[in-house]
Amino acid sequence: MNKLTKIAAVVLCGATLVACSDNESDDDYAKQASYRLTVHNLTNNQPFSPLAFALHQAQYNPWQVGMAASLGLEKLAEGGDTTDFLSDSAIMAANSGDGIVAPGMSQSVEITVPYHQMLMYSAATMLVNTNDAFTGLKQYDISALMPGESMIMLATVYDAGTEKNTESTDTMPGPADNGIGFDATRDDVGFVTAHQGVVTQDDGLTSSVLNQSHRFESKVAKFTIERIE
Amino acid sequence: MNKLTYPVLRSFSCATLLAFGSVAHAATLSLEITNLTQGIHFTPFIVATHQTDHQFFEAGMAASTSLQAMAEGGDISGLDTDAVAAGAMVVKNPNLGLLMPGQSVASFDISANAGDNLSLAAMLLPTNDAFAGIDSWSIPTQAGTYTLMVNAYDAGTEANNELITADSGAPGVLGIPADPSGKSGTGGSGVTSTEQNMAVHIHRGSLGDDDAAAGLSDLDNTVHRWLNPVLKVTITVQ
Repeated sequence: MNKLTKIAAVVLCGATLVACSDNESDDDYAKQASYRLTVHNLTNNQPFSPLAFALHQAQYNPWQVGMAASLGLEKLAEGGDTTDFLSDSAIMAANSGDGIVAPGMSQSVEITVPYHQMLMYSAATMLVNTNDAFTGLKQYDISALMPGESMIMLATVYDAGTEKNTESTDTMPGPADNGIGFDATRDDVGFVTAHQGVVTQDDGLTSSVLNQSHRFESKVAKFTIERIE
Repeated sequence: MNKLTYPVLRSFSCATLLAFGSVAHAATLSLEITNLTQGIHFTPFIVATHQTDHQFFEAGMAASTSLQAMAEGGDISGLDTDAVAAGAMVVKNPNLGLLMPGQSVASFDISANAGDNLSLAAMLLPTNDAFAGIDSWSIPTQAGTYTLMVNAYDAGTEANNELITADSGAPGVLGIPADPSGKSGTGGSGVTSTEQNMAVHIHRGSLGDDDAAAGLSDLDNTVHRWLNPVLKVTITVQ
């Protein structure tokens, strides 16, 4: 019995090795691809909510300037909840990272997907000391990225247009306010745009609980994508 | 017979090459313009393809009177006249009116000659003299789609007092001519009466305040501010 098992194991080993060497070179890369996705928080005092990283096909369009935010985007931009945002049949693989990314910090995840001719990358995260500001990348075509290659993108800050930027008490989930995150009421312009920045109490918005430290410019995050296999 | 045909063929193929050559260098461009802001309207755009010696404006240089009229009151007639005089192709007001926040101008075409540059301008409302502009983008010879992110400039011709004032769109009349968003206030005392940089420069953004009936500014600081860029322009070179 032992003898038989041993022989079988050896044969299996041999078969595996043979298969490996047969498939070496280009075919291996064609079957699956692995990526390391990294985000750096470039703000002064705006922690990022847990990231939503997604590798997907072309039909997934996470947001569009001038169009109403999806419910998933609203939940992410107001409260940092990635669940609905990442629920889409065109998403091939998603990852919500590992908690808050503080200013000056970075976080990486690794995602492996089966080979697909058209592969896109989108990512999003909330600036938690705001009403509904988020940053991210959308529909970044990574089909041509080869193993060992990487790309770096500076990401713009957007306004989901779902919650008015009052900056007032109990409206923002981050540590500056510890207030309410997602609220189903939509009381803002009703469409996604670039963000105009926070005003803060220091710059004349009396009702704001934010101060000068929470301000930001239009670029707030650095995203790096590296194909590792 | 052969002898005669040969020279004719040769000259014909030369002519064909020349014709193809000029076709390859002239181009038709399709433009899409998106207003990225949440609370700013744009006055009618002017877009021109022109030779390298023509410009709407240049950062760091004083504005022309035509640029001033556009930046303070949205009047593009002067820029149009200047461009046409310089032999440019011009498209005026492709959106048939104001471009609202978050909205896009439907795709439109403009032709260009070999070696041309492309320029674009429109005023931001409500501001004293802010405009979004592209100065002399070198049109690529390779067909493809190119995306330009466009910043807001200050024409440097008027102090940014941020007070809504009737008929202030005329050059030299201090004030913001209108607020199409309808969200501005009244009774401001004026943010400033002077302008340090009188050349075209990157706009510092509007200040605004949170008092609709008083304060320094008639603008609302939660509505009328912006961060650059303010426009996304997608250009397809055919």
